Amino acid sequence: MRNVQAEREEMSGAAQYSDERAREIIAAHMGLEGPAMPILHALQKEFGYVPDAAVKEMAEALNISRAEMHGVVTFYHDFHRAPHGRHTLKICRAESCQSMGAERQARAFLDKLKLDWGGTTPDGALSVEAVYCLGLCAHSPSALYDGEPIGRVDAEILDEIAAEARD
Amino acid sequence: MVKLYIPLDMAAVAMGADKLAAAVAQEAAARGETVEIVRNGSRGMLWLEPLIEVETPAGRVGYGPAKVKDVASLFDAGFLRGGAHLLNIGIVDEHPWMKKQNRVTFVRCGVIDPLSVAEYEAHEGFKGLKRAFEIGPVAVVEEVTKSGLRGRGGAGFPTGIKWKTVADCPPGQKYVVVNADEGDSGTFADRMIMEGDPLSLIEGMLICGYAVGASKGYVYLRSEYPIVAKVFQAAIEKALEAGWLGKNIKGSGFDFDVELRIGAGAYVCGEETSLLESLEGKRGIVRAKPPLPAHVGLFGKPTVINNVLSMATIPMIMEKGAKHYADLGVGRSRGTMPLQIAGNVKYGGLFETDFGIPLGVVVNEIGGGTRSGRPVRAVQVGGPLGAYVPVSLFDLPIDYEAFAAKDSLIGHGGLVVFDDTVDMAWMARFGMEFCAIESCGKCTPCRLGSTRGVETIDKIRNGMDVDANIELLKDLCHTMKFGSLCALGGFAPYPVESALRHFPEDFRKPALEAAE
Repeated sequence: MRNVQAEREEMSGAAQYSDERAREIIAAHMGLEGPAMPILHALQKEFGYVPDAAVKEMAEALNISRAEMHGVVTFYHDFHRAPHGRHTLKICRAESCQSMGAERQARAFLDKLKLDWGGTTPDGALSVEAVYCLGLCAHSPSALYDGEPIGRVDAEILDEIAAEARD
Repeated sequence: MVKLYIPLDMAAVAMGADKLAAAVAQEAAARGETVEIVRNGSRGMLWLEPLIEVETPAGRVGYGPAKVKDVASLFDAGFLRGGAHLLNIGIVDEHPWMKKQNRVTFVRCGVIDPLSVAEYEAHEGFKGLKRAFEIGPVAVVEEVTKSGLRGRGGAGFPTGIKWKTVADCPPGQKYVVVNADEGDSGTFADRMIMEGDPLSLIEGMLICGYAVGASKGYVYLRSEYPIVAKVFQAAIEKALEAGWLGKNIKGSGFDFDVELRIGAGAYVCGEETSLLESLEGKRGIVRAKPPLPAHVGLFGKPTVINNVLSMATIPMIMEKGAKHYADLGVGRSRGTMPLQIAGNVKYGGLFETDFGIPLGVVVNEIGGGTRSGRPVRAVQVGGPLGAYVPVSLFDLPIDYEAFAAKDSLIGHGGLVVFDDTVDMAWMARFGMEFCAIESCGKCTPCRLGSTRGVETIDKIRNGMDVDANIELLKDLCHTMKFGSLCALGGFAPYPVESALRHFPEDFRKPALEAAE
């Protein structure tokens, strides 16, 4: 199998991973108190995910075990361990959105794309994640598409996003 | 030159405010009109977003909800001079929704340019801090205690007592931490104040730092709020430029810095000790208390940790005095509560009012009932860990103790309205599922109990040994409530128990169907 990971990295517009670049990013944050979270965000921003090799670099720089560092990365829903889709759609499934039928709507959308929560379309275009509240509860159901908030989400809007992502 | 206001608030943007602002600017240029567009916070009338406000001699006239397609007709109607239009809601300050409120924490939100230090100062900004510098740290702590302010994050712990504990610790490195990990569904007050009036939070932190002897403040913001991150970071820079942060602030000899940190999608990090772990760069695992964060907090140092709303209310308390604030409210719930009306509701938004207003008034009169037009069946108050309140309890006043007496909580003041199509057994299941997803895993009742809760509710919904399983579920809820380390496992039973208590019929649907 041709390296799917490398292919996705190329497509996502994220930088190719290198230990050297990871070390630069880590070093830039070492002056902070408790730098781990800012470093992880910066690594993910640069590479699109947090590669295992970067976790190793972090553990060394922060002088903690790799297991401990692994524990931190995997604790948080936001950090991806593998390349993600080129676009990310976060659909809220918290109570307020459920009061406006979000759960059924999201299920139908996922079924149409043959995905489960957290899945990525086979072409690597779109990852669909669950999110628990975007603070847009007066405009439920809500979603966040590549960081852009959307209120009163309906099936039509979801279909448009799926089409746009694959363009 | 006409001054226009179009919110930068995330809810307004979610309804098209950015595109609207661009379209208005373009249309104005095409028509040769000079306009200044200020990106303000939201006024809180969220069903009207995006709301354009036009400054006129009579006051600010509102137009909303405005879409890009309305722009041409707004110009045709002479909206730059407050002209008549279908979307014209009149003078915004005179709108009944605004008139009925008592805006204390949110007095500037939506009114001023959030990133203008000059406007903030022109609207009483930094007066609280100046008074704090005059009366000294000890008197500041006393004042906060006397105001009766209780933590607006959910627990309702008296803010003054927290501050005194930290102030009484020996001098040395101390921290001020603001909990902006507002994860409760149905709440958006922290988001709104940080987008609409971020300097009030910075001023609150300055007053706190001065009172307890801390020189460094952190704001821990959830990653789901990208616009807050931009606005608040810009506000920090503006405050620095204007000399309200940094060394020897305004010649007071007091140094203070604020740093923004972003979370990574863990709900449990809204729990204060878990938040501190996360700030330190660890997994967001809850700490056992004691020791309290006030004694052993961030990096082991004495730390005040307050919710955004508590901290943003401090400047006003310092400016107007403790008594002014304490005179508002009922019983031990003093001051005002910014209520957030959400879910299946006609007029959703932020409504700040004195404690004591009945729940039913908020839902039906202010919120206008459901958006779907169907009857209200339940309101979840206080987020995913809050109880489902039935219509029969709608005379319950918004008051910490009155809610506690009915096994409910106010929490962060979020109200999620459900119509009569809701399946309460499903919502109970979701409550347990959410707890299972977000549990930090440290204590057994929460880690295992939530998963067992999902399984047990599934059995009930499938009509398996319904009576026995309901008993088991109640027992499980009891164990989680009293055996969990923090409020996640400890309060997750509230929605489940309240659903069982008030909507028992929803747990017997499959059994009924099977019997037919």
